[in-house]
Amino acid sequence: MAPEPFLGDVDRTPVTHHILSVLVENKAGVLARIAGLFARRGFNIYSLAVAPSEGQARFSRVTIVVDAESAPLEQVVGQLNKLINVVAIDDIAPKDALERELLLATVQLDDENRGRVLGLVEVANASIVDADADSLTLMLAGTPSACDELERALEGFAQVEIHRTGRVALPRLTKTEEN
Amino acid sequence: MKLTGAQALIKSLEQEGVETIFGLPGGAILPVYDPIRESSIRHVLVRHEQGAGHMAEGYALATGKPGVAMVTSGPGATNIVTPIANAHMDSTPLVVITGQVASASIGTDAFQECDITGITMGITKHNFLITHADEIPRVVASAFYIATTGRPGPVLIDFPKDIAQSEMEWWYPESVDEYDLLGYKPEIVLDQTSIDAAVALINASERPVLYVGGGTLKSNASQQLLAFAERTKMPVVTTLMARGAFPDSHKQHLGMPGMHGTYSAVTAIQKSDLLISLGARFDDRVTGKVSAFAAGAKIIHVDIDPAEFNKVKIATVAVKSDIATALEAFDAAMAMPKNLDPWWETLHGWMEKYPLVYAPTDDPALLRPQEIIEAIAASSKPGTIVSSGVGQHQMWTSHFWKFEEPRTWINSGGAGTMGFGVPAAIGAKAAMPDRDVWCIDGDGCFQMTAQELVTATSEGFPIKVAILNNAYLGMVRQWQEMFYEERFSEVFLDADLPDYVKWAESMGAVGLRARTIEEMHDAIRQANEITDRSVVIDFRTPASEKVFPMVAAGASNDDIMVHPLQEAK
Repeated sequence: MAPEPFLGDVDRTPVTHHILSVLVENKAGVLARIAGLFARRGFNIYSLAVAPSEGQARFSRVTIVVDAESAPLEQVVGQLNKLINVVAIDDIAPKDALERELLLATVQLDDENRGRVLGLVEVANASIVDADADSLTLMLAGTPSACDELERALEGFAQVEIHRTGRVALPRLTKTEEN
Repeated sequence: MKLTGAQALIKSLEQEGVETIFGLPGGAILPVYDPIRESSIRHVLVRHEQGAGHMAEGYALATGKPGVAMVTSGPGATNIVTPIANAHMDSTPLVVITGQVASASIGTDAFQECDITGITMGITKHNFLITHADEIPRVVASAFYIATTGRPGPVLIDFPKDIAQSEMEWWYPESVDEYDLLGYKPEIVLDQTSIDAAVALINASERPVLYVGGGTLKSNASQQLLAFAERTKMPVVTTLMARGAFPDSHKQHLGMPGMHGTYSAVTAIQKSDLLISLGARFDDRVTGKVSAFAAGAKIIHVDIDPAEFNKVKIATVAVKSDIATALEAFDAAMAMPKNLDPWWETLHGWMEKYPLVYAPTDDPALLRPQEIIEAIAASSKPGTIVSSGVGQHQMWTSHFWKFEEPRTWINSGGAGTMGFGVPAAIGAKAAMPDRDVWCIDGDGCFQMTAQELVTATSEGFPIKVAILNNAYLGMVRQWQEMFYEERFSEVFLDADLPDYVKWAESMGAVGLRARTIEEMHDAIRQANEITDRSVVIDFRTPASEKVFPMVAAGASNDDIMVHPLQEAK
């Protein structure tokens, strides 16, 4: 019998994840350079978010959540630093990171589940951003774990689609003390 | 002053001091080949783009200056991918210019289009796609700056045809500030804390070894190395990439470490209490099984590229610096290990018991490959440059040629590119026309790129090629003999096919053949007398000859296999 196809690691935040906030020059191919580097060095990317940043046209900020188990963080940062278009790397330890992520989900409604969905929106602090007669789209901007929780809660419903942006992060202004 | 993009490219190369370009024209790069006619730059017309790349590498390795190659788009560009990968592995400064289809055609699968910046992203230090003629000076200046500073490497410039044909107002950046390289800051400020920590380790060491890598040559640190080694009396090993960085004749030199390293070099590292890595990168061919490599040693890792620290082995102290500066700092701090007499007593014991040896042939008149290399070396002038391909002949050359000067050994280390030898020798000869340049090659390697002998003849770069012709892909044959129960598979090449003498003659070189010791000396003498043409000598050598010592792949360096002649000891 043929072996089961390997579908990759299960979709969960790695225990040893680390956040790299990378300022890059907004030049052609820069994302391919980063992605290619991770691929050829065997570093695992858990999530990746990219958008124009300081100086708009000049720079982009790439927020990469890396699985620090796949490679020592020092190696990931060291190799990233060698990319000519990488201007600066902020390595934010999870405990010092203010992380946020956006989740959008479209859920099918029927008379039976309508109340429970609306209840979930309220409990999760999500908001309804679109709706028609038999479905609604909800949004949550929150911590990755809040998005995880909402995603799990939504598993019980007939979903049309669920999208997450991957997280962005900034260092916390008040850092937790090492003990 | 208005210039076309093509003129601006050539003028920019002139600004960077380029004297020689190795290349081959084609459709997309055609506009650039017009202003070359009026340029001070010498263009060397190769017969295959791979040859252009390896020649540029040979040029760079012999001089320390960046090698420059120029080819057309599509297959021209993909043909030079191997030399780019090779230069990337060995940190050789190279600037490669590829033609590209017109900007508007990019992405349309146009004739001879290929995404060469995409292909070479992982094997260049950086690459550029020029999008406007005004950028040409900045991109060229940046390319040379990136290729030659910090840890050197290859940089590729992809140059669309329409930009070569468009006009720009000439300018040239006057300083690095105008390069627009916000993310590239190669200047290094020496961290005195790391120097102090390294000096403390040195001062406490009883069995130190200087593990000298290619970065020592890149840093032009041979003088500093000699001074430091002689003052501290530490033993020195030079990796395949560093042969020539420290004189082979020096009594503190133990030879090359690694899979085919000398017993003394390999074992000294294994038994050391302090390993001082100078521009080396703990390559698997040096370490063998990593967990067993220098297991009892503390490690001082000096490198200009901090990404090398802790990549393979955890450094006790990492010193981010070029090698020359770090050695000067160690000397300034008067770093000095403990009394090394007991260590040297041990080392001398190994050196006497396990020197490099080779066995006599069944018929004493017949040739042994090691003996050929020794005979050529003995007949050569000081400063002779030697290149090689990859395989047994490369290891024997590294062992039996005695390197006394930096930049006299031109070889493919990290990538292990067969066919490197002949074109690299031509590039070295182009850079150093007054030096003799020998290529010690294998018959397998020679067949891969030796059509470039035509280039050598037509461009007037006479080299000397010694083919150690054992009719086999010898290194693969050695592995099949030792690890695959002599089940030889696809390694026989036939000593007489091709006829190497006719090959040489058809390409304007002198072809000679030697089967005996007498013929060998005669052929070498003739080769040294001929200075106006290349010479190819077909030396017939026994197929069963193997490279020793050897550490099997993945094995611990403690399990080094010495030459069978030494096994009984």
